[in-house]
Amino acid sequence: MSEPARPAEQASDQQVAPPLLEVRDLKVTFAGRVGLGAGILGRKATQSRAVDGVSLQLRQGEVLALAGESGCGKTTTARAIMGLEPPREGQILFRGKRISKGLRAYRRKVQMIFQDPTGALNPRQTIYESVAEGLRIHRIHQGPHGETEQELVARALSRAGMRPPERFFLNYPHELSGGQRQRVVIAGALVLDPVMLVADEPVSNLDASVRGEILRLLLQVRDDLGLAILVVTHDLGLAWTIADRVAVMYLGRIVEIGPAEGVLTRPLHPYTKALLNVVPEAGGLDRPILKGEPPDPTRIPPGCRFHPRCPEVATGAARAAGVEEKCRGEDLGLMELRPGHFAACHLAAVTVGESREISTSQPQG
Amino acid sequence: MSLLSVRDLFVNYHTQGGPVPAVRGVDVEIGKGEVLGLAGESGCGKSTIAGALLRLLPTGTEVTGSILLNGEDVLGMKPGRLRAVRWTETSIVFQGAMHALNPVQRVGEQIEEAILIHQQAGEREARVRVGSLLEHVGLPERRIRDYPHELSGGQKQRVMIAMALACNPSLIIADEPTTALDVMVQAQVLKLLKELQREFGLAMLFITHDLSVLIEVCDRLAIMYAGRIVEEGPAQSVFYESAHPYTRALAAAFPAIGEGRFRRAPSGLPGDPPYPQDLPDGCTFHPRCPVAFEACPHIDPRLFDVTPAWRAACLLVDSAKSELEGARTRGSGR
Amino acid sequence: MARIPVLPTGTEPGPEFRGPVGEDRVPHTPRAITWKRRRRAVTQFWSIYRTNGMGMVGLYVLVIFGAIALLAPVISSSRGLDPTLANGPILAGPSLKYPLGTDDLGRSVLTMTIWGSRISLMVGLMATVLTMIIGASIGMIAGYRGRWVDAVLMRITDWFLVIPWLALAIVLASILGQSLFIIVVVIAVTSWPSTARVVRAQVLSVKQRPYVERARALGASDWHLVTRHVLPNVFPVIFANTILVVAIAILSETTLSFLGLGDPLHVSWGTILEFAYDAGATSLGAWWWLVAPGVCIVLVVLAFTMCGYAFDEILNPRIRER
Repeated sequence: MSEPARPAEQASDQQVAPPLLEVRDLKVTFAGRVGLGAGILGRKATQSRAVDGVSLQLRQGEVLALAGESGCGKTTTARAIMGLEPPREGQILFRGKRISKGLRAYRRKVQMIFQDPTGALNPRQTIYESVAEGLRIHRIHQGPHGETEQELVARALSRAGMRPPERFFLNYPHELSGGQRQRVVIAGALVLDPVMLVADEPVSNLDASVRGEILRLLLQVRDDLGLAILVVTHDLGLAWTIADRVAVMYLGRIVEIGPAEGVLTRPLHPYTKALLNVVPEAGGLDRPILKGEPPDPTRIPPGCRFHPRCPEVATGAARAAGVEEKCRGEDLGLMELRPGHFAACHLAAVTVGESREISTSQPQG
Repeated sequence: MSLLSVRDLFVNYHTQGGPVPAVRGVDVEIGKGEVLGLAGESGCGKSTIAGALLRLLPTGTEVTGSILLNGEDVLGMKPGRLRAVRWTETSIVFQGAMHALNPVQRVGEQIEEAILIHQQAGEREARVRVGSLLEHVGLPERRIRDYPHELSGGQKQRVMIAMALACNPSLIIADEPTTALDVMVQAQVLKLLKELQREFGLAMLFITHDLSVLIEVCDRLAIMYAGRIVEEGPAQSVFYESAHPYTRALAAAFPAIGEGRFRRAPSGLPGDPPYPQDLPDGCTFHPRCPVAFEACPHIDPRLFDVTPAWRAACLLVDSAKSELEGARTRGSGR
Repeated sequence: MARIPVLPTGTEPGPEFRGPVGEDRVPHTPRAITWKRRRRAVTQFWSIYRTNGMGMVGLYVLVIFGAIALLAPVISSSRGLDPTLANGPILAGPSLKYPLGTDDLGRSVLTMTIWGSRISLMVGLMATVLTMIIGASIGMIAGYRGRWVDAVLMRITDWFLVIPWLALAIVLASILGQSLFIIVVVIAVTSWPSTARVVRAQVLSVKQRPYVERARALGASDWHLVTRHVLPNVFPVIFANTILVVAIAILSETTLSFLGLGDPLHVSWGTILEFAYDAGATSLGAWWWLVAPGVCIVLVVLAFTMCGYAFDEILNPRIRER
């Protein structure tokens, strides 16, 4: 696969080409339930700050991986971007306009790929109907060049690798394999000629030998059609395979974001380092593993939210560098520590040398 | 003498559509203190093997072959002996621990249950043993009184491991023990398993679809496809130098971060793992194989030696080629 | 189950490619595809249903009774119901001329039973239709809308759930007089809550499913979601529930009529039982008068229940025995 020239071009044109998608300080909270008795006693429901101030940008033709463990808020962020979760604060801008105004038109241009391809297809609908659904919802009876609905569906299935497409029209989802179902979901997304895809764990439910083909399909779609893709995944190996940029999330915030090579081979944030350490490899388990589990989003620690589990704090490296006070007490946002590579870490800020603090309302991603 | 010796294992499920061959002739050998990894995708039969070893498959399933546990034939055991053997000599750590724990019983009692059933100790002694087991798996002793819902996923899995150790087995079968867990918790559990294995000298059969996990824990690896073992040998050799094209493809699905050759080059296999009812002729892998040649649809390869300790079921293996040549010159090749 | 292997992208199908059997001609328009799918779903369902012994027995019984009810004017004369025209022997046992005997006015019990089937079945069906309309609508709205709409509707449902239907029937009958319409209303009013709850539960379950969310992500309106995804997946549950509700409705009508709340102008199985009981059929030994309508009721209700179970088994593959 040749390297696409687009991201490098974008870097130099940064001032010229505005980002396709811009998320500014997004916050999504879920309220817990309060029992009747507790409610009478005046206890308020615990707030779960699933997404607690996320900002990012996605450019045309770019693949951005949103990585992290479960509960870090990556799926909620993706759903908010799709308009499926109402944000409590913050803005989501598509081509400069807020998506809340014109949600329906937005949904034609941005499509979602789901984690579970079996659940994502209505078992009572044929493949044809599942793919054509988008067209019917938006009342598109003809393609831009006069194609019929049938031709559009065939083309989408073909692009997704189901050939010859007509053979699959009358099949039901349960007659296909997992990989084929995911291709159908992708076809359903492509049929509307979107400009952006949001893929939530697109291959984690599929067999390992089938994953590569689906990932290759996504890359091909990006190369041929110029789509931007936001991939939510817990698998850093996947990010290494297909992403141009990687954003690592922890407890509702992005803690590191930058080019994939940089983030995955020269990580700045201790959490990223810890995640990379535990990617299985021969003899890997002797490297340090974080203790405990990710805390839940209803009880976010003060200061740097990672400090209770941070190995740099535990081993005294933070104290040696004189930043331990800040780690425990001072919350922080992303800082550009290398060109295009941001991290939210007091220690990294000191050790990497020159750092420019950028206000949290507008970090460049 | 090896702890577990399986020969010619065949398992057929009985379904409405007829018998389904889930395992088609598998040989497995695990010595004392040895860790064997069994990898494969859905439908390959690896979980079936786990069930077959302790005769936990649904009634009516046909199991043939020989399974020797410490020299004793499991398939021929009388129910009383089988029950005695289950858990005391071999135990299982299941996938999805969340569902294997009784939600209305305290965790400590459930572990105790295993000890008491096998009359390995009286009640008081059992309780002490449970406490020490929990500490061994990294949980504080006070957790004995917790209910499953008060524990996190990783903690529940640790409880399952403690339960598996309760009767001092010599062999533990771990069936996808870390699949439902987060990467960090997965690493913790794997580390725990490795430490316990070293400390107690346990033999382990580690079953999973995640090949990269096996590299960390196992001495030897066996790769399954369509009910058969297609490659078997030392873990490093099998993973990094795979002799069988399927293993190569499977290993490529777990790329090493930092290696440029994986960058923007996802590799996978076309098609899907075959359904047991619908197996291709000849080599079952040939329709998806990137290096299949004319002989492949016609000959079903057995395991050929790559080295004495490393075998692969592929006609491209050197020792296979000479056999093919022999077959061709004799004129019996099709 | 035929499986379709996916080809490596970009290649043409080779001779070993096995496509779906017999599906080489694809219908031309999307509407044709939809109709073909619906037809196929029905034929598939029927072929599964046919294998269910219990369901088929129930179906046969219902078909027989349905035929009897529909053909009543053909197979017997309604004049046989008129007490003034009755000229048979009083309380005579079964004989060739009167296969099910006669009642205390000399009317043929067979004639009455045949004509009674019409009323019993009709009232049962009408009450069911009303029940399902009210119950399914409320269940769907409550399940789909959620939050306070759901809470309010469920409290209303609970309220109706606890109304004692017998007391209600007596009150309504005394205020509004006795008629078939009142019976239908009473049964409907007291049956819809349980239907509403069943439907609501299913709607809640379907609402969560990923494909509904996918449709929403595609930009679907509520109407599209309900008609295209929720309803088709709730419909089977509604249908299975309907069958059981009919059985209950018929029984309810029988009970009400037996207790004297039925329409005195129409003969139903319940009213036959009422007359029989009031005339002291048991002590007079006129067993045929009681057995005929009684057995019919039992058979019909049993038949509906068996069909309902068959449906459940088909919809819930886990119940099916391996």
